[in-house]
Amino acid sequence: MAVPLAFFALFFAYPVVAIVGRGLKSGGQWQLGRFGDVVTDPDVAHVLWFTVWQAAASTGLTLLIALPGAYVFARFDFPGKQLLRAVVAVPFVLPTVVVGSAFLALLGRGGLLDDLWGVRLDTSVWAILLAHVFFNYAVVVRTVGGLWGQLDPRQEEAARVLGAGRFAAWRRVTLPALAPAVAAAALMVFLFTFTSFGVVQILGGPTFSTLEVEIYRQTADFLDLPTAAVLTLIQFAAVLGVLALHAWTVRRRESALRLVDASRTARRPHGRGQWALLWGTLLVITVLLLVPLAVLVERSFAGPDGYGTVFYASLRSAATADSTFAVAPLEALWNSLAYGAAATAIALVVGGLAAAALTLPRLRRGRSGRMPLVSRLVRGFDALLMLPLGVSAVTVGFGFLITLDRPPLDLRASWWLVPLAQALVGVPFVVRTMLPVLRAVDGRLREAAAVLGASPWRVWQEVDLPLVRRALLIAAGFAFAVSLGEFGATVFIARPDQPTLPVAVARLLGRAGELNYGQAMALSTILMVVCAGALLLLERARTDHSGEF
Amino acid sequence: MSTTSRIAASAVAAAVGMTALAGCGGSGGGSADAKTVTLVSHDSFNASKSVLAAFEKESGYKVKVLRGGDAGKAVNQAILSKGNPQGDVFFGIDNTLLSRGLDEDLFTPYKAKGLENVPAGLQLDKGRHRVTPLDYGDICVNYDRGYFARHKIAPPKTFDDLVKPRYKGLLVTENSATSSPGLAFQLATIAAYGNDGWQGYWKKLKANGIEVVDGWEQAYNDRFSGSAAGKKKGDKPLVVSYASSPPAEVLGKKPAPAEAPTGVATGTCFRQIEFGGLLKGAKNEKGGKALLDFLLSRTFQEDEPLQMFVNPAREDAKVPELFTKYGAKIDKPATLAPGTITKNREQWIKQWSSLVLK
Repeated sequence: MAVPLAFFALFFAYPVVAIVGRGLKSGGQWQLGRFGDVVTDPDVAHVLWFTVWQAAASTGLTLLIALPGAYVFARFDFPGKQLLRAVVAVPFVLPTVVVGSAFLALLGRGGLLDDLWGVRLDTSVWAILLAHVFFNYAVVVRTVGGLWGQLDPRQEEAARVLGAGRFAAWRRVTLPALAPAVAAAALMVFLFTFTSFGVVQILGGPTFSTLEVEIYRQTADFLDLPTAAVLTLIQFAAVLGVLALHAWTVRRRESALRLVDASRTARRPHGRGQWALLWGTLLVITVLLLVPLAVLVERSFAGPDGYGTVFYASLRSAATADSTFAVAPLEALWNSLAYGAAATAIALVVGGLAAAALTLPRLRRGRSGRMPLVSRLVRGFDALLMLPLGVSAVTVGFGFLITLDRPPLDLRASWWLVPLAQALVGVPFVVRTMLPVLRAVDGRLREAAAVLGASPWRVWQEVDLPLVRRALLIAAGFAFAVSLGEFGATVFIARPDQPTLPVAVARLLGRAGELNYGQAMALSTILMVVCAGALLLLERARTDHSGEF
Repeated sequence: MSTTSRIAASAVAAAVGMTALAGCGGSGGGSADAKTVTLVSHDSFNASKSVLAAFEKESGYKVKVLRGGDAGKAVNQAILSKGNPQGDVFFGIDNTLLSRGLDEDLFTPYKAKGLENVPAGLQLDKGRHRVTPLDYGDICVNYDRGYFARHKIAPPKTFDDLVKPRYKGLLVTENSATSSPGLAFQLATIAAYGNDGWQGYWKKLKANGIEVVDGWEQAYNDRFSGSAAGKKKGDKPLVVSYASSPPAEVLGKKPAPAEAPTGVATGTCFRQIEFGGLLKGAKNEKGGKALLDFLLSRTFQEDEPLQMFVNPAREDAKVPELFTKYGAKIDKPATLAPGTITKNREQWIKQWSSLVLK
């Protein structure tokens, strides 16, 4: 409990409070008058409304499209499942710059849809929603599917035997067990889309703006800290409201479940309905996820004189080029992986400890049904851990700049700044994927093992680990993926010259000329392959020690 | 042993391995020693490795480069960390941001060697030398030569041309609020039509079907019909971009064409001058001065064009053939006094947004 608290206090609360405080205080006076000005501004109300609206719509749409996918991945066995599971997670890690250009290629002028049916969706709300589904599909499939695969199907079968109809059995047995995971996934998607930045900027055109975009502009472009501070507080309030709502819906729902090994619950689909569901899901994945990815790959090979590896070759020559602009792909890749490994490590330690602290037995309700104060505090802590997802990256980044700037903690030029910032975003994922599973572990199993004479270590090894390992791997995968694709918090903190893949891509996209564009697409393709590879490795991790990733 | 500590133990075990791996990747520490000089800049800063190495060899200092965001963000970060700067020298504060930096008192005056070779028109802080002009470039409307040849229309040359019916619906620009070329184009129109006339001019532009997108990448790569990156699929033959974009279009083309596929409307340009300065509170002031001298030396100045697609500030620096052959010569670019820009910037952007985007 102490470690995550200290981490959050130092790397999140302190910087954010400092930058907001600087905005609200000038000349030693609290400038609370700014509140009135900003809050009553009709533009701000409009932006807030659009932010909430598009986040809710994106979340609903993502759940609608992704939940059948979660079921398919949890319950069916089909060839290529592991590979596909890794591939659907790739969009999640792509930097928005890249996704934006892929979507423009599909939905924009002269795009695929334009060629086929004359449909142009760019600068429309649909483009934003579709891109959000594209990004967050994996979040739902992984958080919900991860648990779904471990639910014992025999419980539902038992209900059927006792006379419940198929739907009733699902509604009474499976749905309640899944609810926390669905709620967690919905929460994460909502927070992600609520603070969506790149997608809204690139695909929405200048007419759509979210709070995140406004905060970014006020902070980074105008250095209007007072306005930014008020907007940050509004965003904070909104996020806290969402978190409270979430806590209220999942409370009393998390119960001990019988979890079994996921590999035992999946089987080949049988019957027409199941096959239809499988093929339907595959079709959705193809259209929504694979086509945009394929566009990037296609563009990376479409050289000036027909298809070829011309851009890849020029990337290779960049390795020996005499310029600091050219980044050798291997070097950028290595930077990305190193940052990713460090960020994942930090996120796992902090998030793992936090999740463990949140499932301590003494937090179970007493007989009177009232919660002791300490557990209320812990619940608050749970919400606190989610806050980084709901706070603008620029707020955190600029907060770092003015707080972590004195020895002993002058991290401004330190290599660790980047992984620390990325871990902030990774921790909520770790917590959210670990919690449902940890809470579902039946305490009596542990007690039984202890009674039978197992040492605490052995109890953990035999009871918790097998059940938690999967969640831990999924969490690690998320944290790693977040770090690989992360482009927000780190890109505008002045940092030593060690560009990651997303940064290198953005750099190339920012220059005119076919060569630069093609190289950007080639680097994006490399990034995709690496992500898919990393996720695939995690998928296959079937070791007996969680220490080996 | 509680569950917490057990899970902690395993998490730590997992982490140790990864951190060990990560540790090889980075050399951390922002410790300022007397042998290192740190340059703070924006993402577009580039130099040849050999040129930087030459400075290191000659001066005995090691150069460390920190970059953060675009020009505006880099300047704002310098302002935020005033008095305790992230480095010794700042590169890349341009004339649209200059007076904000000077008002905030970011720089220690220093007259760099070789300043006499810089034209007076670029020296905007002439009397006090708080900043040193290091390069300049122009933001202008670019046109797709092929389109205008096919349609047998002469490409536009001036602002007045852009509102003529024959160019209706052909121009795409960037959002002033989010994009620096977009803002530069707006400033150019303010310089041309004055504080009273520019809004009237933009009403005409709007009536003539100007399209606004958020950033330069989208305007240029996606909408502009003359960019090879967009596979010529864009449908706007006019775009607000840089005077150095045509040479960039030629880069990597074999065989080299006789002229660039795109041209520049020379009467629509706004000049951006980039400056460098010694940051106040620099830990290595002596090294910083040496680095500023070097940034204005011919070695660095002649390296700039192909690295950053800008023109050197020094008159006696040689410009590569790519620029002389394919670039445009801008004789009378629009400019505004830095103080005027800083004073009105936010108000102008707000006026522009409500006029053009609503």
